[in-house]
Amino acid sequence: MSTTTIIIQSIAALGGLAVVIGVILVMASRVFKVETNPLVDEVMDVLPGANCGACGYAGCGEFAEKVVEESAPIAGCPLGGFEVEQKLGGILGQDVGGETEPDYPVVHCKGGVDCVDRFDYVGIEDCKAVMMLSEGEKQCNYGCMGRGTCVRACPFGAITIGEDRLPKINFNLCTSCGLCVASCPNDIFSLGPLSENVHVRCRSHDKGKVVKSLCSKGCIGCKLCVKVCPEDAITVTDFLAEIDQEKCTACGLCIEKCPQDTIEFRE
Amino acid sequence: MPENSLFTIFLNGVFIENFILIQFLGLCPFLGVTKETRSAVGMSAAVIFVMTIASAVTFAVASFLLIPFNLGFLELIAFIVVIASLVQLVEYIIRKHLPPLYKSLGIYLPLIASNCAVLGLVLLNRIQDFTFVEGIVFGVAAGIGFGIVMILMSAVRERSSLVNIPSSVKGVPYAFFAATMLSMAFVNYFEVIPL
Repeated sequence: MSTTTIIIQSIAALGGLAVVIGVILVMASRVFKVETNPLVDEVMDVLPGANCGACGYAGCGEFAEKVVEESAPIAGCPLGGFEVEQKLGGILGQDVGGETEPDYPVVHCKGGVDCVDRFDYVGIEDCKAVMMLSEGEKQCNYGCMGRGTCVRACPFGAITIGEDRLPKINFNLCTSCGLCVASCPNDIFSLGPLSENVHVRCRSHDKGKVVKSLCSKGCIGCKLCVKVCPEDAITVTDFLAEIDQEKCTACGLCIEKCPQDTIEFRE
Repeated sequence: MPENSLFTIFLNGVFIENFILIQFLGLCPFLGVTKETRSAVGMSAAVIFVMTIASAVTFAVASFLLIPFNLGFLELIAFIVVIASLVQLVEYIIRKHLPPLYKSLGIYLPLIASNCAVLGLVLLNRIQDFTFVEGIVFGVAAGIGFGIVMILMSAVRERSSLVNIPSSVKGVPYAFFAATMLSMAFVNYFEVIPL
């Protein structure tokens, strides 16, 4: 076989292959065409694109699809806040509600260094890992372990562990995404707007005597706050005070009265 | 291994000639997609899928186009073209007809289009002169071997994200250390000890 035949055959074979494949692919792209909504791309451009998952969907892409399908609210992106909601309303022709206040996390534990350890923990420096060892090293089963799982969960660097071994929230960096709430194995965080100012900084449902022996800052369920509150906003269930934020007027009487200093204004 | 039964070919593909740890093919997804077990599983499923189909299609291309015309030297180029377009075609089809599968595999399929593990597989099929069925069995086995190593590696890396690691080896260096250990385990177990 001469060189020319080889060259011609090679070109013919590969060229033929390429043409056949090309035709098949073009046909396939026509036959299997999936209609995509151009609105989805427009919505994607408006979203922050952090893929933080705070909306409850797997990334901004899925949220954009759901918003266009109208199965997710245009206010659903906590990271984008009111600004994104307005833009989305413009694109999709939906009415924008009033501006809602952003939610910020509250740390429901004041124990920290004051909370006594049951044993010396040596191992992976992570609250979830500590929790695997008989509900954690702290005497109190409801308390913050201060090993920074929330610090690592926060994509915006808004949380630091202070000297008291408790998480501190930097409200300037916080975007209300709520990932810290989900990350905490002891459910220490709750979300609320800054106008909800008075909080019971304890999660313990232990009896008052038990709490008193473990922690100088925990709620002992003494009900002094219930008696002093002029608005009847406080209830005590299972030895833990709870504030109904809709009734609370932030008068501060309960804060003065609380013998354990558990109830506090948000710092 | 003198005998070429389908079972030996299968075991060969999964362990003894493991694509990642022994042949060092497909290292890009091995380090890139193993940060989470979920994505590693998705990637492995896509690889098993594509390897199986690629074995079948390239067998047809080789035996009906390249061998009759004595163009064996073109197989590298021809196979690359065939695999890349095959992946594209498969992506179209499952996007239309199997949206749930597309959601789980979709983002990983384009990554495989030019994956050296898939090309390595079809070239090995040719070198070892496998028949159609043997080629497919080897393809499935190679995919499963790939998947096992991906899942092992992702488990190690997921766990390592909780451990306190010196900052100088955090991330990729740590992954390389883990890869070394895994590779040594595979090589020693399956090559030094004869099956």
